[in-house]
Amino acid sequence: MTDETTVRDSATARAPHARGFRGLSDRMVGWTFIAPSIILLLAINIFPLIWTIRLSLTNYRANRTAAEVKSVGLRNYERILTDPDIWNAMQATAHFVFWTLFLQVLIGFTLAYLINKKFRGNDLWTTIIVLPMMLSPAVVGNFWTFLYQPQIGLFNYFVGFLTGADPSSFSMIGDTALAPWAIVIVDTWMWTPFVMLICLAGLRSIPESIYEAAECDRASKWRQFWTITIPMALPFLMLAVLFRGIENFKMFDLVVQLTGGGPGSITELTSINLKREAFEKWRTGYASAYAVILFVTVFGLASIYVKALNKVKER
Amino acid sequence: MKTILYDLSRLRRGPWEMVATILIALGVFMLMQPFALWLYTYSFIVTLVGTVMFIVVSHFPE
Repeated sequence: MTDETTVRDSATARAPHARGFRGLSDRMVGWTFIAPSIILLLAINIFPLIWTIRLSLTNYRANRTAAEVKSVGLRNYERILTDPDIWNAMQATAHFVFWTLFLQVLIGFTLAYLINKKFRGNDLWTTIIVLPMMLSPAVVGNFWTFLYQPQIGLFNYFVGFLTGADPSSFSMIGDTALAPWAIVIVDTWMWTPFVMLICLAGLRSIPESIYEAAECDRASKWRQFWTITIPMALPFLMLAVLFRGIENFKMFDLVVQLTGGGPGSITELTSINLKREAFEKWRTGYASAYAVILFVTVFGLASIYVKALNKVKER
Repeated sequence: MKTILYDLSRLRRGPWEMVATILIALGVFMLMQPFALWLYTYSFIVTLVGTVMFIVVSHFPE
């Protein structure tokens, strides 16, 4: 009897809520569920973007909050786009992005192709190869600085052993001609495993029956590679290029730890340059305009890549 | 060529997306090329036009 009363009471207590939800249309229930995500998106992504665009049109300095903020129109953009130093930073970034992508895709795909063949110790090799990717960029930057030391560095010793050159006769991170390549080598070492894993997923998704059909048609291994393996792994390759391209365009931590943008400003990539403008020179308005330019560039590139990816998937 | 121009005039997505893609690629090349400062100066406006065009034309009919 007591239990029955309790059940009835609790049902009566829930009734107003139940009626309230029943009164909502499906559309409203849907909006209620997605509202938190939309509010978060607006607060975390859209609002800072609009705020940055607004700041880019002013002379605001974050270290002088009491100073009057004046609108300068498009002058910040004009100054950035006529500044030879920033143009140099763009070229350094282009060199870095192009060569890291080229080497990572080439080596990553080759490694994935080899790992995809069944052999003894396959899993162990996969684990060993992906180890660099799991390290922190700060750690990688630090120990590669030691490896690049002209006096005690293993890298110099190894190059000296192969070429016969004196290991202390060159400095990878102290020479203006070698420093851009030093950061390319380290990024390639660290992130090739990532490209390899994506390519491996692509290669493993190709059904064996297609190769068997090709064998029946007497297609050579070379022809199978170009007409089956490459086209079917292409969406994955493009995905890897998209991820690494955007990441390398924004590269900051690894290069700061390794060279700090030097010698001079030869390895000063755009993100390092931007950080200096924003938090060393405190030209917040100017840095905001710089950030907007980089954002539009990355957004445009990402649009092209997504379109290309969809086309390849449709094929 | 005639078909492309016809589709452009009828506001079809394919050729307009191609124009936007070419503009973005050209803008990025101009931004990062080491040859002429004036190309770098006009790179942003080219990329911006391409990107905005891409967003708009991706809503055009096929």
